[in-house]
Amino acid sequence: MNSHTATATAGAITNASSGSALRIYRTEAKYEFMKTLRQPAYVIPTLTFPLVFYLMFGVIFGGKQTIGSVNLATYLLATYATFGVMGASLFGFAVGVAMERGYGWLQVKRASPMPPLAYLAAKAVMSTVFCAILVVGLYVLGTEFGGVHLPLTKFLGLAGIVIAGSIVFCAMGLVIGCYTAPNAAPAVVNVIFLPMSFCAGLWLPLQLLPKVLQHAALLLPPYHLAQLALHQVGFKATGAAWQHVAALAAFTVVFLLLARRGFKRDDVSVNA
Amino acid sequence: MGEGRQIVASLDSVTKKYGEVTALCDVSLNVGAGELLALLGPNGAGKTTSVRLMLGLSKPLSGKVQVFGRDPRIVSARRRIGAMLQVAKVPETLKVKEHIDLFRSYYANPLSLRTTLEAAGLEGMENRLFGALSGGQKQRVLFALAICGNPDLLFLDEPTVGLDITTRHLIWQQIRNLVRQGRTVVLTTHYLEEVDALASRVVVLNHGAIVAEGTSAEMKARTAQRKIRCVTRLRPSEVESIALVSGVAAYEDRLEIRTMQVEPVLRELFLRDPAITGLEVSNSTLEDAFLKIVETGNQEVQKEMTA
Repeated sequence: MNSHTATATAGAITNASSGSALRIYRTEAKYEFMKTLRQPAYVIPTLTFPLVFYLMFGVIFGGKQTIGSVNLATYLLATYATFGVMGASLFGFAVGVAMERGYGWLQVKRASPMPPLAYLAAKAVMSTVFCAILVVGLYVLGTEFGGVHLPLTKFLGLAGIVIAGSIVFCAMGLVIGCYTAPNAAPAVVNVIFLPMSFCAGLWLPLQLLPKVLQHAALLLPPYHLAQLALHQVGFKATGAAWQHVAALAAFTVVFLLLARRGFKRDDVSVNA
Repeated sequence: MGEGRQIVASLDSVTKKYGEVTALCDVSLNVGAGELLALLGPNGAGKTTSVRLMLGLSKPLSGKVQVFGRDPRIVSARRRIGAMLQVAKVPETLKVKEHIDLFRSYYANPLSLRTTLEAAGLEGMENRLFGALSGGQKQRVLFALAICGNPDLLFLDEPTVGLDITTRHLIWQQIRNLVRQGRTVVLTTHYLEEVDALASRVVVLNHGAIVAEGTSAEMKARTAQRKIRCVTRLRPSEVESIALVSGVAAYEDRLEIRTMQVEPVLRELFLRDPAITGLEVSNSTLEDAFLKIVETGNQEVQKEMTA
């Protein structure tokens, strides 16, 4: 191989278009997705848990029941969509960032000319793709087997709301990823994710839970996103839409500020 | 540093602390274009901190860090830099060629995938997942990521640690090629053999300060130059009295004599003991020089602390 290396400079420079910002973002997102797709530990729980839970509670048990004017399967379509995007975003960011940061890989990337935002944007794109697959899966299950009658335009609105809203969980996952050790991150996410889903009324309608929990739910980001999603499928949600949007925005800002501190703690400041 | 070379990277009176611990104390260091600079020192001496500062991964408490005349913490200032750092785990579910392709995308004029694979000795492995590679192969991928952007300045933080001899020599060969092509390399290492094989200049760090600087040959010249070992009936005190002998140590049946000039001492030894046997003459190694420099430094530090 030594004979080859002398020629390393000459004739080696190719592809003058590379290095442009757009190309970096695209390449980063593509490989982030491929990398994640090959990790069964992420893909299987992320996609199957919400679908299986929805099939059991929404379709099999709740087929004919109604809540207000809406059938239970439709109600749970909105809340399980929220549950699903929360799982995909939280695990994607928290575990991904904790591993890559904790094991020194993030440092290698940050010593390169990669724009730091490309790293985060790629994770957000990856998470969005998984969210979309999941929401479509829930819709298919609901309409085929659960007696859900939701027009396609309404469904697209629902998908748009939960996917856009998932940014709050991306930010939350980023905070966990910045502050936890690589091997602790999955456990930390589970400890937060499962109780929070229950308390925010994602598994069972909030009306069936004790009054204390109904009030406490106001403090949970998934509660606000679920209310927006429920409103979209025709269920009369509590509180005005703008209040939920404002709450989600506030949570997102707080999480991003905390994440920024976490990155600073590692003594690598973000630069444009 | 080299006479009149253009300076491509510099630390200017840099102090860096991690909490209470001072990692670097008022260190100034210039890296000249085209040189291969080795940073040498025991663990915790400040080698990796110096590299992290020059890569923009770390911010100095005081002083100035520049790379190609700019602050390396700015992304665009790093477009001509490649780095191989110590990393515990690399994402395992990407293929070798995918890792390389991604890092190539960060640079304006990267090497082609084929050239990168060849230079890192990874031909035929491009379709393997990173997780399926051996330790030496993984290290080669990290080397490939450092060079794939066709950088003018390369930082290698202990590039051959834990590698088998074949891979180590392969990487040395590649480093020599890069320098021959006019690139600048900053290397940190524990292996003195590596410094001897590669470096045009050595900076020795200890306790966050530069304790010695020069070419590898100059470093060796700083210590008692050569050693004579032999079996003799002469007593150590008698040998010590010979002119030009700077030190004598007795090891079991033999003596070890240190001197700057071997020949006159040998002549005198033969005169006094014609029956001398088991004669060995060796040059001082860089390791001797290094140990001496660090030891002297430590004694000074201890003196300061007790004073």
